[in-house]
Amino acid sequence: MGQPLHPPVSLPAPLSPSPPGTDPRPHSLTHSFISPPRLSPRPLPCDWLRRLHIVRSPPPASGAHPGRTWSGCAGAESPSSGAAPRQGAPPLPPPAPSAPGPAMAARGRGRGQMTFNVEAVGIGKGDALPPPTLQPSPLFPPLEHRAAPLPGGEEGEYMLALKQELRGAMKNLPYFVKPGAPRRDIERYSDKYQLSSPVDSAIDWNPDWRRLPRELKIRVRRLRKGRAAILIPKSKQRVVLDKEEAIKKLESLEKKEEEVTSEEEEEKEEEEEGKEEEEEEYDEEEHEEETDYIMSYFDNGEDFGGDSDDNMDEAVY
Amino acid sequence: MTQAEIKLCSLLLHEHFGEIVEKIGTQLLRAGGQALRGIAGGTGLLLDQVKKALCVLIQHNLATFRPRRGGVEYEAQCGRILRILRYPRYIYTAKTLYGDTGELIVEELLLNGQLTMSAVVRKVADRLTETMEDGKTMDYADVSSTFVRLVDTHFVQRCPLVPEGPQSPEVPPPPAPTLLSSDKDMYTVPRLSLVGKGKRRRSCEEEDGEPRAKKQKQEGESSEHFRDQAIVSAVANRMDQTSSEIVRTMLRMSEVTTSSGAPYTQPLSSNEIFRSLPAGYNIVKQVLDQYLALLADDPLEFVGKSGDSGGGMYTVNLHKALVSLATATLESVVEERFGSRCARIFRLLLRKKHLEQKQVEDFAMIPAKEAKEMLYKMLSESFVSLQEIPKTPDHAPSRTFYLYTVNVPAAARMLLHRCYKSVANLMERRQFETKENKRLLEKSQRVEAILASMQATGAEPAQLQEIEEMITAPERQQLETLKRNVNKIDASENQVDETIFVLESFIESTVKRP
Repeated sequence: MGQPLHPPVSLPAPLSPSPPGTDPRPHSLTHSFISPPRLSPRPLPCDWLRRLHIVRSPPPASGAHPGRTWSGCAGAESPSSGAAPRQGAPPLPPPAPSAPGPAMAARGRGRGQMTFNVEAVGIGKGDALPPPTLQPSPLFPPLEHRAAPLPGGEEGEYMLALKQELRGAMKNLPYFVKPGAPRRDIERYSDKYQLSSPVDSAIDWNPDWRRLPRELKIRVRRLRKGRAAILIPKSKQRVVLDKEEAIKKLESLEKKEEEVTSEEEEEKEEEEEGKEEEEEEYDEEEHEEETDYIMSYFDNGEDFGGDSDDNMDEAVY
Repeated sequence: MTQAEIKLCSLLLHEHFGEIVEKIGTQLLRAGGQALRGIAGGTGLLLDQVKKALCVLIQHNLATFRPRRGGVEYEAQCGRILRILRYPRYIYTAKTLYGDTGELIVEELLLNGQLTMSAVVRKVADRLTETMEDGKTMDYADVSSTFVRLVDTHFVQRCPLVPEGPQSPEVPPPPAPTLLSSDKDMYTVPRLSLVGKGKRRRSCEEEDGEPRAKKQKQEGESSEHFRDQAIVSAVANRMDQTSSEIVRTMLRMSEVTTSSGAPYTQPLSSNEIFRSLPAGYNIVKQVLDQYLALLADDPLEFVGKSGDSGGGMYTVNLHKALVSLATATLESVVEERFGSRCARIFRLLLRKKHLEQKQVEDFAMIPAKEAKEMLYKMLSESFVSLQEIPKTPDHAPSRTFYLYTVNVPAAARMLLHRCYKSVANLMERRQFETKENKRLLEKSQRVEAILASMQATGAEPAQLQEIEEMITAPERQQLETLKRNVNKIDASENQVDETIFVLESFIESTVKRP
């Protein structure tokens, strides 16, 4: 609020003898109107209590009334009617106030007075308190002491090299899940023949499916050559009996690269399809591409200029 | 899990496993255990991507699952994700203890999370063969024996097994297997008879017990090893080399007998220690006794004397050692951050436990104003805390003592939290630097690739020179600066991780104490 840091609270004479007949140090909140303000270890939200009119706020500018603050309130707050939000730290002593010394709102009467003996904290009389903080602390405060140098040595260097290698290696493992390639605006013919990562975001590696929950297995929709896609049934009733025959048939069928489904279901499908499977004895590339052209035919020119000129298949003009 | 930990975990996951895994990991950390649909809804990703990411996380032991309420619930392990920072240290330790073979085994296991023994042995043997001279191949038996040694010292452990129950065809298998692990089985090694060396792939394996038993890297044993290392080096710094060797011997002897989390090792008699000293040391028995007495009398209490039989029974006080290490860390942080006078006040408070403001000024011999300022600075950063002692039932401030004190576990937790934040900041900065210079890095990579291919096909030096000049001198300098910065940041991350380790072990030992 721009005022000097003189914590102002109306000090309703805690040290003067209280009127006879009233217990000067009552222990309950109900006697709060008479007792001197108490410093409790816990800050109580007296502010909002006051605003809700639950606790009576004393009339403004009546500093003569002894004890017209309520107990439990952070002692140092002046009960002014302008219910300004309490600024700064909760009651002294709290751990970690951010400004040196107690930062109390300057309110109403009795500037420069506090409810407790200020000397106890170490602020002597007439000592200049540090200026108030008017803005949040800077994001990169200037370093007073520079950091100590890193320990070098062979061990440090080796671990550094290990760390960087590990990072690089992890990026190339199948465990590094890359987000799918961004969809272009128009579908292009060459998209069909671009080399792509595993079909339908199946995983590249083969975990032990017995140790993983079944729901994590991704069924792959395999596109046969020109035929309609056959949706592998997602039924959970896997016939266990098929397992034995499936295992026998395993060796006779080749495994395609893209498929990751469970072998039983694949075998079931392939059995049904029958003899057409034998056509898949081709060389892999031709089989995959199903075209007469080499792969670089389908480059749509996006990588032009980035590659080195050592692909001698194309004629250089 | 604090915000700082979650932030650090998400940075680590992003760096090592990509964005999708990171999103899902963060979602699991923030929201606790969830089912598949919940995760997909929370992150907004496709179901397939969620499944993929969960497979990756489970494979690397970063997440667990259990059957719950008609489905499966997944949970991420924050502590385990933070261990990723320590991977280089594990690999280096394996190298020092078990040589290159051990190093590669541990590296393969860390990169892949879980692997079967046969897969590990094969991969490592192939890698070693590549680096050996032509004509020589690595024998699988060597690799297997190193593997067995690693399992024996508990660096590597077996993953929990799937119970083999009778499954009738009608009853569908449960949606998620319940994995059991018994301590006994954790370190049994399948009997592997892999016949084959190096490149020749013919291998017939029979594995005893559970087929395809998988192994994973074990965390606990390595931390004990690191803790021992830290204690030994602390003793070496404080006293001399010989005493550190004695302590190292004692720790080595108690490796198997001490349970993890025990406050002190089993008592060892001085005769035993004398017999187990490494062969190179020729100290006389009396000298050993003197050293032990000296260690036991030291105020840091690393070693304690627990009896007189057998020439004196000595134990290593693990808990007290960790306390001293953590306190020393705190002291050095205060010194580096606030200056040596603050450090003097801090040490004073550590020694005297509780002091009033006035007493601090007197004992530390620092003028009142400065002492006050320093105390408040440390108070605001939570290294030091205030303790109220009221004289009267109402805590009237004029009649209350305010004592400054250092609460070591609380300060250690605060410092640990700050360490997590620093590592997160370091990683962010490193990623920022790399991203800034991405274009330059890519260009230099391309140039290197061109150079390599041209050299392979045989090119003249003039052409090579031309290609090299594609990177101009200022760009080269920029690259140099970038490389230096990234190295420095990486080394700092390793350094902070060491501090994290000491603080975490200390906090763990205070929590576990009965």
